Amino acid sequence: MNEMTTIKTSPKDWETDQEVRWCPGCGDYAILKAVQRTMPELGVRPENTVFISGIGCSSRFPYYMETYGFHTIHGRAPAVATGVKLANPELDVWIITGDGDALSIGGNHTMHILRRNLDCQILLFNNEIYGLTKGQYSPTSRVGTRSPSTPFGSVDRPATPCSFALGSGARFVARGIDTHKSLPSVLKAAHAHKGASFVEIYQNCIVYNDDVFAPFTEKKAAPEGQIWVEHGSPVLFAGGTKGLALDHQNLRLHVVDVADGDWQAAGVIVHDETNRGLAQMLIDYAPGEGGPVVLGVIYNSPRPTFDSAVIEQNEAAAKGKKPDLQSLISKGQTWQVTKEPHAL
Amino acid sequence: MASAARELTPREASAHPAPEAVVVRFAGDSGDGMQLTGGQFTLSTALAGNDLSTFPDFPAEIRAPQGTTFGVSAFQINFGSTAIETAGDEPDVLIAMNPAALKTNSPSLKAGGLIIADEGEFTARNLAKAGYPDGVNPLHDGSLAKWQVISFNISQLTMDAVKPFGLGNKEALRCKNMWTLGLALWMFDRPREPIVDWLKGKFSKAPVLADANIAALNAGHAYGETAEIGGPMKQHHIDPAPAEPGLYRTVTGAESISFGLVAGAQLAGLPMFFGGYPITPASAILHHLSRLKEFGVTTFQAEDEIAAIASAIGASYAGSLGVTSSSGPGVALKGEAMGLAIMTELPLVIVNSQRGGPSTGLPTKTEQSDLYQAVYGRNGDAPMPVIAARSPADAFECAIEACRIATQFMTPVMLLTDGYIANAAEPWKVPDMSGYEPFPVSFKTDLPAEGEVLKPYARDEKLARPWIKPGTPGLLHRIGGIEKQVDTGHIDYAPANHQRMTDIRKDKVDGIANHIPDQEIELGNATGKLVIVGWGSTFGPIHQAVRRARRKGLDVSHVHIRHIWPMPKNLGDLLRGFDKIIVPEMNTGQLKTVLRDQFLVDAKPLNKVSGQPFRIAEIEAAIEAALA
Ligand code: SF4
Repeated sequence: MNEMTTIKTSPKDWETDQEVRWCPGCGDYAILKAVQRTMPELGVRPENTVFISGIGCSSRFPYYMETYGFHTIHGRAPAVATGVKLANPELDVWIITGDGDALSIGGNHTMHILRRNLDCQILLFNNEIYGLTKGQYSPTSRVGTRSPSTPFGSVDRPATPCSFALGSGARFVARGIDTHKSLPSVLKAAHAHKGASFVEIYQNCIVYNDDVFAPFTEKKAAPEGQIWVEHGSPVLFAGGTKGLALDHQNLRLHVVDVADGDWQAAGVIVHDETNRGLAQMLIDYAPGEGGPVVLGVIYNSPRPTFDSAVIEQNEAAAKGKKPDLQSLISKGQTWQVTKEPHAL
Repeated sequence: MASAARELTPREASAHPAPEAVVVRFAGDSGDGMQLTGGQFTLSTALAGNDLSTFPDFPAEIRAPQGTTFGVSAFQINFGSTAIETAGDEPDVLIAMNPAALKTNSPSLKAGGLIIADEGEFTARNLAKAGYPDGVNPLHDGSLAKWQVISFNISQLTMDAVKPFGLGNKEALRCKNMWTLGLALWMFDRPREPIVDWLKGKFSKAPVLADANIAALNAGHAYGETAEIGGPMKQHHIDPAPAEPGLYRTVTGAESISFGLVAGAQLAGLPMFFGGYPITPASAILHHLSRLKEFGVTTFQAEDEIAAIASAIGASYAGSLGVTSSSGPGVALKGEAMGLAIMTELPLVIVNSQRGGPSTGLPTKTEQSDLYQAVYGRNGDAPMPVIAARSPADAFECAIEACRIATQFMTPVMLLTDGYIANAAEPWKVPDMSGYEPFPVSFKTDLPAEGEVLKPYARDEKLARPWIKPGTPGLLHRIGGIEKQVDTGHIDYAPANHQRMTDIRKDKVDGIANHIPDQEIELGNATGKLVIVGWGSTFGPIHQAVRRARRKGLDVSHVHIRHIWPMPKNLGDLLRGFDKIIVPEMNTGQLKTVLRDQFLVDAKPLNKVSGQPFRIAEIEAAIEAALA
């Protein structure tokens, strides 16, 4: 994100006149609403905002945002975004991608944009399936997923998006849920972080992978299934009756019961979003299908961005030099021919 | 080629050809510094005012085993007092630093040519490594009888010369190439001063090494002067070549393309963004541009070829001139992204330094086999302009032309060059930049009129769409790879719309033919019995062959095509004015096929894919056969 004079907009200002073409009931609608609700709170200008996507259901997103938008090719949105940002660092760049787009065909670019730390927000809609191509299993599908390409169940192990991001050197890693009310606050934090902000959003594909996240997203499962972390606060869930503590012997997180709100006595840890080791443990904390799953801003430890480093170096290298092309091409080992071509 | 192509006067044509050019080939082990030796010899030759052309011929392996035939690195230079357009067919002089270099390079040496060999390296071990049978030493067994052979112990002479500097054996032997260069400078009456200056600069941090190398250089020179070698070893003087007055420098294709891209961006009034990924022989362009930041150039070494082009497309979208470069295999990877640039109609320059293919092919050898890939190699109906450079100096003009077409027509443009052009050096008359017509870009900023909708895909008279940068208030819109509605650019799959958009994209690129120069004839008449049609780096051998044939009175002309797609409007009629058409190409007949398809002419192929440039004699023979 950039320091700009903030302006006033309403969610309506961020909607386009284009007909939204996702399946009715798709989680993408909720994410679109959450983003459109978040933008006014950021105080940013639509014309300075660019949404860049790859290919997949999620990648239709830019067409529905009243900003500049570029629907690119499968997996390559991070590369296109890198060119956009380096060419004009004033732009506020958002990348919209999915599990197949970001972790399969575009895995290489996702890794490199994160390690370089380009200043942008990356929203990965994880529905654990290929929706647009009609339901094949994806790199985040669980073992045993039955799909048109895996009629007997998938046999390969899934990737963990946030773990991939952290391993690639991401300095901001967060998780959210499409329909959850906290999604805008996660998006705001992602925008506030200067650098590549990686946000995995569990997104329900109602057509090809319905309810795959229901064990922890459903209303009655949520208290036991979701652990929302916040920097400086104890890691509690189930209405404060449970928390995560560190098993010092085995260096592992485990669930402890909290009696009468005395989380300290129960040994519950306090979330430190700048602690990378803790972030790794929180990301990996997934004891079963029903959760609990750690959500919110898991890691946030900024360092200088790629774009600022490139610009700094460009400026330093150009300092005091004139862009005089004539003198550039006239340099080196030259010689002067003075005579007219001699007649034979 | 420093001098402009010109027709020979009758007097010239009838004159007895004087010994006006010499071809020298330096060959040694990869570790012997032959490219450096050749490069410095080139420099002193340029400074002596000769026209010249070079051909660096090095192995694909970075560190091939020492002494083996596949570790041989060679550098050929053709220089003379007349226009030089090729690196020469057959060397007159071969300097062989070891048995492997002799073995691999002597077959191409002109009969009666001179071999200078470093006897000190012709040990039993090195002879075995080069694959000579036990007990055979070509220097002594008479197998080199058709050439003149001089051999002496260059290794020992170098060791003696640098003794005062107390170097280790290995370091001392490294000065061998400078000794050899000193001898070559004496042979061709070239000044040593520029080399001495260069050595002082190169070894400024290790003055002992500078002194040792200078001593070796002087010793080699003195050896020529004083040693009584006699016979074939004599001093030659080659007069300066006639050239247009002006400032000259040597330039390689990689340098001139870099300069041309910078010039093109300046003439368009744009910053340049270059996305690249290392690949032989294209990397040199990335290296050159990364040093030119004061010209508003941002270079980005991407994670792969696809990211390199995708980032360049992103930069173009944001208002820079996006450029990417690669060689065949990398260009193949960029194919889908080129389609995106075609569909979104964004300017982009893609430089392909062609090499031998398919697949990894011959990374360090030259070929012209990516013409189909350039013209046709994308999914869908994806027309894209293609321009081909003929020489290192020409590459400058072609790069500017590519930038002009890309920005004026809102389209990606492919610029074809090859490994030969990229690496070869030739004298270049430094152009006067004020003589170039600027083609400034104007971004769209005005809002649609009251009641009108924004039309990011509206068309100007050239069918180009407006370039709207993100950040522009009031012109928010979305683009992408999905088919777009005429004018508005909204997603539209309707059959009639796709037909129209496909037609518009084709018409736009076809229409570029109205904005490029007519095809000219390089040499010969505008109609006649035979025309030789070339493109790219075959210019030199074709031109010389046609010139020689015309000198013999044969009715043959030379046409060399820069604009491969779309082709110049008059090309079809021009070709139809000849009875026969021969198309020499370093591929199996790609331009030939395009010419047949476009103009229904009976173009005949003349092909060579050995990784080596055409010889003049090969083309001359084809001309004679066609007119017999
Ligand atoms: S296929 Fe699934 S992810 Fe795609 S739009 Fe439909 S519901 Fe959404």
